[in-house]
Amino acid sequence: MSNVPSDLKYISSHEWVRLEDDGTVTIGITDHAQELLGDVVYVELPDVDSEVALEDEIAVVESVKAASDIFAPLSGTVIAVNEDLEDAPETVNSSPYDDGWMFKMQPSELSELDGLIDAESYQNEIED
Amino acid sequence: MGQQTPFYNNHLESGAKIVDFGGWDMPLHYGSQMEEHHIVRQDAGMFDVSHMTVVDVKGEKAKSFLQYLLANDVDKLKQSGKALYSGMLNEEGGVIDDLIVYFIDSSFYRVVVNASTREKDLAWMSKQATSFEVSVEENTEYAMLAVQGPNAIEKAKSVFSAAQQKAVEDIGIFFAADCEGYFIARTGYTGEDGYEILVPAEQASDFWNKLVAAGVKPCGLGARDTLRLEAGMNLYGNEMDESVSPLEANMAWTITWVPEERDFIGKSALVAQKEAGVKTKLVGLLLEGKGVIRSHMKVIIDGIGEGETTSGTMSPTLKKSIGIARVPKSTGDSVMLEIRGKQIPAKVVKPSFVRMGKALV
Repeated sequence: MSNVPSDLKYISSHEWVRLEDDGTVTIGITDHAQELLGDVVYVELPDVDSEVALEDEIAVVESVKAASDIFAPLSGTVIAVNEDLEDAPETVNSSPYDDGWMFKMQPSELSELDGLIDAESYQNEIED
Repeated sequence: MGQQTPFYNNHLESGAKIVDFGGWDMPLHYGSQMEEHHIVRQDAGMFDVSHMTVVDVKGEKAKSFLQYLLANDVDKLKQSGKALYSGMLNEEGGVIDDLIVYFIDSSFYRVVVNASTREKDLAWMSKQATSFEVSVEENTEYAMLAVQGPNAIEKAKSVFSAAQQKAVEDIGIFFAADCEGYFIARTGYTGEDGYEILVPAEQASDFWNKLVAAGVKPCGLGARDTLRLEAGMNLYGNEMDESVSPLEANMAWTITWVPEERDFIGKSALVAQKEAGVKTKLVGLLLEGKGVIRSHMKVIIDGIGEGETTSGTMSPTLKKSIGIARVPKSTGDSVMLEIRGKQIPAKVVKPSFVRMGKALV
C-alpha cells in the first residue's frame, strides 16, 4: 500500500506538491510512482532560474527499467533543485516525500493551484 | 494469467513482483533489482530460468544433424557433459536463435534454447530433422535454475547430495554433470561463476527452499538483464535476430569454418558476407556525460555515419551508463549518443564491462 501524505497536493501523473509558508512550492514524485519505477538510477533536474509552464516536461527520472518524464504541476520559476540526487538518485526510492524532493518553484499563476488534487482524490486514482 | 514455472509459489513466497515475460508469469525482482544485481557480483543469487526450452536430440545421426543445423561444430564435443555455444542460422545467415548444446553421447545431445523463440526453434529443428534419422523432442520434465555469483558453487554444493557433490567436483566451465536426475551445468549468463541446473520439476520447489536456507538470494529477470549486459553477453532480439549474421554480432568465434567439407545452414551466405566485407560491428559504449543509454538510440560517428544502440542501462557495478551498439566498421574510439534530443559523448570499448566481480573498463 503506497503512502499518500494528506498534507500534500498531487497531480495525476504522480508528482506531489508541497505548498510552503513563503508561497513557494516543493515538488517530487509519489511513493506510488517510485514503486512503479523501481530502483531510480538517474535524475535529470531543470536549471535553476528556468521559466516553466504548466505541464512542461521539466525533469526526467530514469530507473533500472525506463525513463519517465516529470511534468511541471504549475507554471513559474525554478528556484532550487535537489543536487544531492545527482550522487544519490536512490533517495527518490527511500524517501520520496522528504530527502528525495526534486525541485522548488515560485508559482506565477496562483489560479493553477486549484488544478491540483488532494490526497484522497490521488489515493482513489491510484487504486483504480 | 500466463504460464507458470514449478517455482511460481516460491516466487510469491519470496515477495516477487511478477510480470508477463513472453507468456510466462516471471519475477521481475523481489524488492530491489539493484540489490539483487550486487548480490550476484558479491555473493550468490538464483534465477528461475525454467521458461527456457530444453530440446533433446536423439538418434544415430544426431551428430551429423547438429553439424548441419549449427554454425559451431559439435564435433568439438568429445567428452560427455561438454557444452558448446552456437548460433542456429537460417539460409541467409541470420540468427534464428543462440543456444547451448551439451554432448551426452554420440546418439544424444541436449540443446537449451531461448524462451521467446521456442515455437519457431522447435519448428525449424523438426523441419531440418526430416532428412536425418533423429528425434527432436522438447523435454518438459525439468525446472531450470541458475545459481550465480562468487559463492554460488560453494552454496549450491552444500545442498547437493553426496553423489551430486562428487559428480560436480571436477567439472570445468562449460561442462555438465548428470546425477540423480539433476543435470548440473557450469554455465551462466551473468559473468560470474556458478551453475545452471536442470531439476526434476516435482523437486523444484524443495530445491529452491534448500538454496534459500543455504543463503542463496532470489533474483529476478531485471537483475539478470543488467548482469548479462555488464558481462557483455548478447540478448537474442536485442543484439541479434534473423536479419543479423553472427559476423555482425560478435559471434564470429562461434562459426567453425574447418573442416571445409562440413556444410551447415547459412554457411554459403556467411562466406559471401565475408568476401563482400562485413560493414558493421557490435561495440560496447561507456557514456562519458550524464544520462542513461537505452536500446534503439541513435549513435553519431563524426565523418563516418550513424549506428544504433541494441542495449543499454545504468551499470550498477560501474555506476556509469553502459551499452552495446551496432556501428559502421570503421568507427574509432569515440562516438556521440543522441539521448533525449541532446548529444552526449561515449567511449567505444570492448563489450565486456564486468566479469568475475571486476570492472574491465
